[in-house]
Amino acid sequence: MAHESTYTPSTGIERWLDTRLPIPRLMHDQFGVFPMPRNVNYWWTFGAILSFMLAVQIVTGIVLAMHYQPTTDGAFDSVEKIMRDVNWGWLLRYAHAVGASMFFFAAFIHTFRGLYYGSYKAPREILWMLGVLILFLMIATAFMGYSLVWGQMSFWAVTVITNLFTSLDTLIPGLGTTLVQWIWGGFSVGEPTLNRLFALHYLFPFIIAGVVILHIWALHIPGSNNPTGVEVKTKSDTLPFHPYFTIKDGFAVVLFCLLFGVFLFYAPNYLGHTDNYIPANPLQTPPHIVPEWYFLPFYAILRAIPDKLLGVVGLIGAIVVLFFIPWLDTSRIRSVSYRPIFKWFFWLFVICCLALGYFGSQAPEGWKLLWGRICTFYYFAFFLIIMPVVGLIEKPKRLPGSITESVLGKKDTSASGGNA
Amino acid sequence: MGNVLKLFAAAALVAFVLPGAGLAADAGHGTEIKAQEWSFAPPFGHFDRAQLQRGYKVYQFVCANCHSMNLLSYRNLGEPGGPQFPEKAVATLAAQAQITDGPDDTGKMFQRPGKPSDRFRAPYPNDQAARAANNGALPPDLSVMAKARPGGPDYLYALLTGYSDAPSDMTMSKGMHYNAAFPGHQIAMPSPLSDGVVDYTDGTEPTVKNYAKDVSAFLMWAAEPTLEERYKTGARIMIFLIVFAVIMFLAKKAVWSRVHKRDHAAKSGA
Repeated sequence: MAHESTYTPSTGIERWLDTRLPIPRLMHDQFGVFPMPRNVNYWWTFGAILSFMLAVQIVTGIVLAMHYQPTTDGAFDSVEKIMRDVNWGWLLRYAHAVGASMFFFAAFIHTFRGLYYGSYKAPREILWMLGVLILFLMIATAFMGYSLVWGQMSFWAVTVITNLFTSLDTLIPGLGTTLVQWIWGGFSVGEPTLNRLFALHYLFPFIIAGVVILHIWALHIPGSNNPTGVEVKTKSDTLPFHPYFTIKDGFAVVLFCLLFGVFLFYAPNYLGHTDNYIPANPLQTPPHIVPEWYFLPFYAILRAIPDKLLGVVGLIGAIVVLFFIPWLDTSRIRSVSYRPIFKWFFWLFVICCLALGYFGSQAPEGWKLLWGRICTFYYFAFFLIIMPVVGLIEKPKRLPGSITESVLGKKDTSASGGNA
Repeated sequence: MGNVLKLFAAAALVAFVLPGAGLAADAGHGTEIKAQEWSFAPPFGHFDRAQLQRGYKVYQFVCANCHSMNLLSYRNLGEPGGPQFPEKAVATLAAQAQITDGPDDTGKMFQRPGKPSDRFRAPYPNDQAARAANNGALPPDLSVMAKARPGGPDYLYALLTGYSDAPSDMTMSKGMHYNAAFPGHQIAMPSPLSDGVVDYTDGTEPTVKNYAKDVSAFLMWAAEPTLEERYKTGARIMIFLIVFAVIMFLAKKAVWSRVHKRDHAAKSGA
């Protein structure tokens, strides 16, 4: 919530800074006393978890880049050299690879949380759209990072995905081919491609970090949403960010690290594909080209659509549609907890996304292709048909009068005059 | 706490099950890979030194005739977490290989006995030579083989023990061999192991099964030489995190108890 500053500089250096670059004031107002709805649950800790994961990825990534060689002859071996001969190299490399999975896992939960509690609705549209932009940048970054290993799956993933642009040839003959050759820096995926993927993979996380700052800025104007979707009305509805949410977020980050640690130390290759331990070979296509698990739903959508260009449109549209949901959702209230009809469609959507993930990992044939198509249809119908229509016809359950009432019961509401 | 535990348990479940479903699908290729018992199974496992030393012997006398292992050096054989041959033995094993070095002062390449810092000597100078000597098939490099096939060491064991006569209804291509574990069941590599081909000096039965088990374990170490260090570091960090989580939970409870007390007072006072 955009609130009056309550900061009073107490030392000389703080007073000096306050009239020049008031970072202590910013920290005090935005991360110290910043009012958080008191009823936010543990699903709200994933913002902190994601910030932590971004830091992990950037720190491990920078050190890995010091040892990595972006050449077609050296890339695969340099990754293995990091694992074998660099001090703690195995930890850095596995933390970075597993970290990417953990990052997406947290990002998906964070996104679904926003979706469930209507965190995209006014006045948080820009906040939501910046989040979608971050997801989009994450997808690009992860894709480019995966290619750097230069194993079979890396190489063929780059080949398949960059080749998607050739579908533009159906619009303007030659456009797609020209574009793809420009991206490749040649007539096939090769060293120039690897070099630019490496350069951009190093750049993008810093763009993400920049957008994250905007995301937090946009969050701190209206303040956080909460499980009831009822706006903060009085001071008794909120608690200061510190210490209540610093400690809660901290606890959640430690729990998340435990999950991270299980994969990192005991199953670091479980989430990856064995084929990526075979060095890239342009002459031999792997039997099944599948992306990392976090791309599988999108991959399923791509393959569900029989036309190549429309498939690409579906792939990109699956993310782009998210930008518009603040206006596609016609509901007067935010939280799905109080929406008796939409609730069912929401959970069906969650199942649909998990199912798309499964179909993305399977060969697109028979009943799996059929159901992949049905799920793809539902994915878009959920946003484009169900969201606008259900919002209009549904009668929501009665909302609590205030956040305080939702926590303490009705008795307290008459007394909630900000005296707590 | 109940809620948050449920939440993270659900999250963990999804994280494990979802990609697993995807991976399981292409792991099989229509063959069944039986899981073996390995000394290095997580979370507390470690390599069996004697097994790795035997495995190296099998590799050296059998596999290395056709397969390279370019990512390994002889020095690795003496490093902690591996076969841990004594320093002298490593020097001897290295010296058994003739390494091409140079050019010398006259511009000529020359042969010399290997040193611990040398990479494992490759059997062929290049891929073309390897194919020419193997009926057109390229014996793959074995450095990370145990990570490069679904099933890992289980698959390697199944492959090495999976040779038999082809079923009567199957027509084999020329020069191919039937193998129950290999995808498609036709493999260019002839059965590499037979009872007694490698001498074991530690009393282990010199059988195909033991050779296969030992060399699979050796290849697992070759692919993951830091596995033991990873488990050990992991145990320390996981214990630290569990203790830290308990402290954080108690701290969180203590901090929030102020609010709950105030709520209680407000409720009973109203």
